[in-house]
Amino acid sequence: MSDIQDIRKAQRDEEWRKAVRDSVKPKDRMAQERIVMPEADAQERSRSYIEVNMGLNLEQAMTEAKRCLDCPSPSCVTGCPVEINIPTFIKNIERGEILEAARVIKETSTLPAVCGRVCPQEKQCESKCIYVKSGKKPVAIGYLERFAADYERESGKAATPEVAKKNGIKVAVIGSGPAGLTCSGELAKMGYDVTIFEALHEIGGVLKYGIPEFRLPNDIVDFEINNLAKMGVKFEADFIVGKTATIDDLRAEGYKAFFVGSGAGLPRFMGIPGENCNGIMSSNEYLTRVNLMHAADKNFDTPIIFGKNVAVVGGGNTAMDSVRTARRLGAERVMLIYRRSEVEMPARLEEIHHAKEEGVEFMTLHNPVEYVADEKGRVCAVKVQRMELGEPDERGRRKPVPVEGAIEEIPVDLVVVSVGVSPNPLISSSHPDIKTTDRGTLEANDALQTSVPDVFAGGDIVRGGATVILAMGDGRKAAASINDYLQKNA
Amino acid sequence: MNLIVAKEHFSENVIKFEIEAPRIAKARKAGHFVIVRVDKKGERVPLTIAGSNVEKGTITLVVQRIGVSTWKLCNLNVGDYVEDIVGPLGRATQIEKQEGTVLCAGGGVGVAPLLPIIKAHHDAGNRVVAVLAGRTKELIILEDEVRKYADDVVIMTDDGSYGTKGLVTTGMESVINREKVSEAVVIGPAIMMKFGALTTKKYDIPTWVSLNTIMVDGTGMCGACRVSVGGKTRFVCVDGPEFNAHEVDFDEMLKRMGGFKAEEQEAFAAYKQACGMN
Repeated sequence: MSDIQDIRKAQRDEEWRKAVRDSVKPKDRMAQERIVMPEADAQERSRSYIEVNMGLNLEQAMTEAKRCLDCPSPSCVTGCPVEINIPTFIKNIERGEILEAARVIKETSTLPAVCGRVCPQEKQCESKCIYVKSGKKPVAIGYLERFAADYERESGKAATPEVAKKNGIKVAVIGSGPAGLTCSGELAKMGYDVTIFEALHEIGGVLKYGIPEFRLPNDIVDFEINNLAKMGVKFEADFIVGKTATIDDLRAEGYKAFFVGSGAGLPRFMGIPGENCNGIMSSNEYLTRVNLMHAADKNFDTPIIFGKNVAVVGGGNTAMDSVRTARRLGAERVMLIYRRSEVEMPARLEEIHHAKEEGVEFMTLHNPVEYVADEKGRVCAVKVQRMELGEPDERGRRKPVPVEGAIEEIPVDLVVVSVGVSPNPLISSSHPDIKTTDRGTLEANDALQTSVPDVFAGGDIVRGGATVILAMGDGRKAAASINDYLQKNA
Repeated sequence: MNLIVAKEHFSENVIKFEIEAPRIAKARKAGHFVIVRVDKKGERVPLTIAGSNVEKGTITLVVQRIGVSTWKLCNLNVGDYVEDIVGPLGRATQIEKQEGTVLCAGGGVGVAPLLPIIKAHHDAGNRVVAVLAGRTKELIILEDEVRKYADDVVIMTDDGSYGTKGLVTTGMESVINREKVSEAVVIGPAIMMKFGALTTKKYDIPTWVSLNTIMVDGTGMCGACRVSVGGKTRFVCVDGPEFNAHEVDFDEMLKRMGGFKAEEQEAFAAYKQACGMN
């Protein structure tokens, strides 16, 4: 790692960089307020799929970039799972070299336009910003990342990354979510003959079926996928490794290494009475119907329930996506039911803030205990138990405990359960030689190699449930490990 | 994109397709299903595989026209393409050597997924007696194919137009009463499987049913297909589609299969109008 740090230090000492740094006094930089992300009007957007965050313009971005002090040892970088060279890209924005800024980000991040939108920056890079230590709002690193990526894409000058001479070695990437896309991109750059196998009919994984259009437009994902295609990556949709063909079959067809990025799988339910009645579905089902199958569009065949009174159970980003989607599908009352308080919610602050603006009712410290169905078997009410916070658990989160007797019944006609997922068993059940953990995730060493030497894995199938950026980081790391492995073994 | 290479009408609303899907043809076993998306706007519909031809690289699907998606599929002809087919999905049928007879009861279009199971039991050396049931003669499908592998075939029709007049359960009981049945497989409409299961339960015969619930992805991701089996929530797509018939909560399943009924009926009405059907 010291090499990279030396290079970055040298970059910081370049003439242009010094000049930019000296052009404004640190005191003046710090006196400037953080930019506010322009947002679509809450009323208007909660009835449409337009993207909520509208992005910065060039002037706003260059101004915000000025706030960055270009610290000698930038702690923001340590907060980034893929260690993006944050000060270098921000100073490039400050001097107006946006394409160069985008190039710097792409040295370490394959999907900057995606990460600039969905990364929890407030818990990562921005939480480490020097401004936070002095009680100020951090530099808007996430907004600037998004700006650089969008600017590059819209300029039409986005460079397809350079690809090494084809080495003819076939590598199979299983799953086309953030981990798989990143791993493929990296391997293609090194000259490998990469094929992505995707179970669904569309490439993109959770970026397509999970994250809604108003948070991550599909065009942006497709742009990245097209880039991979330009780099020579091949795509096989409707192909379930483990079912359509096994890893053994693919090995026999000449694939020399495998990356499993098949993601989180089975949705969890709570196991409470009435949970299997109609009108109650997992967030995976709800979001897949709406995002992947376009169920809310009359021209498409897949049905969806347009609830009037919708309850979403959970407090993560997927719960926020679901509750905000329900709002957009015309629900009159949308409730988020979460058993702890808002402080413990795993969702991004921005999502919580946006959901509230859009009129979502937050029923924190409540937990569903039973569903009531009408005579047709359709959910008509949820019984919720009021909770209070008790002693902290082993992870330090205060445990919710029921308040005796405090149960109320709320009328609902659609419930979306978003209480987590368990790992997808498709790969492990069809390949018992790949070792799994007690939780059902694939076991992988530091190099992300599984118990089968030519099989590597990353993202949620290894981590359980994590973020896009961590999956991407894994994809990148696994690509390096696969390269090492193939250099020795192929 | 998968090419349709053959199409045959079993009856007005029941149609057999042979579709190119070489990898699935090779990988599939009895009990497996596929997810089909007819066109870019279509639903993902689960259909059990009725057979395959590895040399030709094709699979056989038998489709009953009931809603928008199955109508669209049945409107396709030889030379047309289906947008997506993915599979084989689910767990394969467990085939074990049985001392007594394996009773295979199929209702309506359920005979299609039953056929590969009958063949597999036959190949395993089991004595197979099939009960094929339908409302009327023209709804008895695949009889000749079933006769190739079953040691005996009992036909039941509701109206008595073919075979014996009566319900599938009557046919099943006649077999159970005349010979030792060690295992039963019942596939057909949910209501028929419910009563088939109740029948074999009386005689304590281990019984399997293959459930055809609503699905979206078919790979365990969405949970639309969940049913209660033995008091536990199970996913038909990854834990099934075959389950111990005596543990399945059929009443819950029947309700869940109607989960989008209003929306489906509305869509079908709009489709019929658009196609100029009455």
